[in-house]
Amino acid sequence: MKMGKLTEKTALSVRDMVVTFNEYVALDKVSVDVATGESFGIVGESGSGKSTLLRAVAGLNRFDEGTLTVDGRTYDSRSRDKEFYRTVQMVFQDPYGSLHPRQTVDRLLLEPLVIHGFDNIDMRIARALDEVGLGAGFRFRYSHQLSGGQRQRIAIARALILEPKILLLDEPTSALDASIQAEILNLLEQARKDRNLTFVMVSHDLGVISHMCERVAVMKSGQIVETVPVEALEKRAFSADYTRQLLVASEGFRRG
Amino acid sequence: MTSHPSGPLLTVDDLRVTFPTRTGEVQAVRGVSFTLGRERLGIVGESGSGKSQTGRAIMGLTPGHAKITASKLEFDGIDLLKATPKQRRDLRGKRIGMILQDPKYSLNPVMTIGKQIIETLLAHEKLSRSQARTRALEMLEAVQIRDPERVFGLYPNEVSGGMGQRVMIAMMLICGPEMLIADEPTSALDVTVQLDVLSILDKLVVERGMGLVFISHDLRLVSSFCDRVIVMYAGRIVEELPSADLAQAKHPYTQGLLNCLPTIGTDRHPLPVLERKAEWSA
Repeated sequence: MKMGKLTEKTALSVRDMVVTFNEYVALDKVSVDVATGESFGIVGESGSGKSTLLRAVAGLNRFDEGTLTVDGRTYDSRSRDKEFYRTVQMVFQDPYGSLHPRQTVDRLLLEPLVIHGFDNIDMRIARALDEVGLGAGFRFRYSHQLSGGQRQRIAIARALILEPKILLLDEPTSALDASIQAEILNLLEQARKDRNLTFVMVSHDLGVISHMCERVAVMKSGQIVETVPVEALEKRAFSADYTRQLLVASEGFRRG
Repeated sequence: MTSHPSGPLLTVDDLRVTFPTRTGEVQAVRGVSFTLGRERLGIVGESGSGKSQTGRAIMGLTPGHAKITASKLEFDGIDLLKATPKQRRDLRGKRIGMILQDPKYSLNPVMTIGKQIIETLLAHEKLSRSQARTRALEMLEAVQIRDPERVFGLYPNEVSGGMGQRVMIAMMLICGPEMLIADEPTSALDVTVQLDVLSILDKLVVERGMGLVFISHDLRLVSSFCDRVIVMYAGRIVEELPSADLAQAKHPYTQGLLNCLPTIGTDRHPLPVLERKAEWSA
């Protein structure tokens, strides 16, 4: 499990990626390199292309131009093989929409294990639930019997059960209460530490990003405005005006 | 509780909202009391704390099967619990306005924006069509919509979330209500747009001397926007304090809500989490 952070290997590399929807250019030549074990943040407002970037990496959107290299292997615009999904898993924003409403937690966690031909299925499901802080009592519940925070824990368990190397997180806490957000962020950090995971995390909340990530890319209208280490946010050592706007917005309302 | 020279606009005393369910009664609001003058009051709590149900009970939007009791629920001398549906309709929109969370769901999708605003106006005032139109356009301008004529004719799906929420504010303020209930008015909006919408709301509330009830789960936002904050947990008020004194909050729940937010420039790993105690909801 320990792969050593010292090897400055690139876990994920996106070069000049272009995604268009009909005529609309959602991603305009975006390039990102994420090192193994790094936690990389992406911020921007709605429509800036941050979710599209994650979805294009995960194979949920096709891309029109550019290259994608994940863990040393190159992938084309459409198809992803099983090996890809062993390596890369995703957690979505809305815990209410991302779990099958008519499957029990047991069934939800079973499916990826069967697809990828894992052994010790029973033990793995029990351990996965344990790891996300839900006991065996949750195993045969349906998602509508769970709270938002519990659902997000199940979604994280489903992603981690395949022992991936890279986790794509699309606003994993923005649908949750602030107090539940703290629990989920702690859970994600712990998982990353234990498994030496690479994170790519999208959020509109600079506070969350600066807490979770080492570097952050600021996106606007389908392009990356700048990429800075998170310490730069604190020291205000960034150049783009748009980053400043986001920072001011994250500090809350000021009168006058 | 603070005293108001002109007498409180709204008095809520021992408000309870109960929903009957198959497994027994669920008490969403359990004995909430506060008064509101011409000031900005924030109500904060997590999902399920009863903050939205408190707002809805005041507005008269609680589902019909729920039971509302209070020893006093009074708006400017009118007993809201005894008010007839006609009286409530006259109050809603005219004297009490409510802004909901997501303009995508709370605006009528098959009616143009202008028509919806005019509808509110004509329901409460005797005006000609053209007078109403002028008033609606003025109001759209007041919420800083640059091209009111164009937006007037658009359908809600043709405008952005921030613009939709401004339309909602315009619609709610056009009759000049004395009290406004805003239930998570900016939670569905982008961070950069949130501040614009809040400053428009702030300006109009101050200019018109309205009483505002601002409901949100975001304690920091509420405290930066309101004069006074009520913190709710499990249907009860656990703490009430002036926004300026938030740092001196005494209740562990309020402190927990404040502490659990990640902020730029602090290095706390892991984040402190709220430990809920059974006695808080007792």
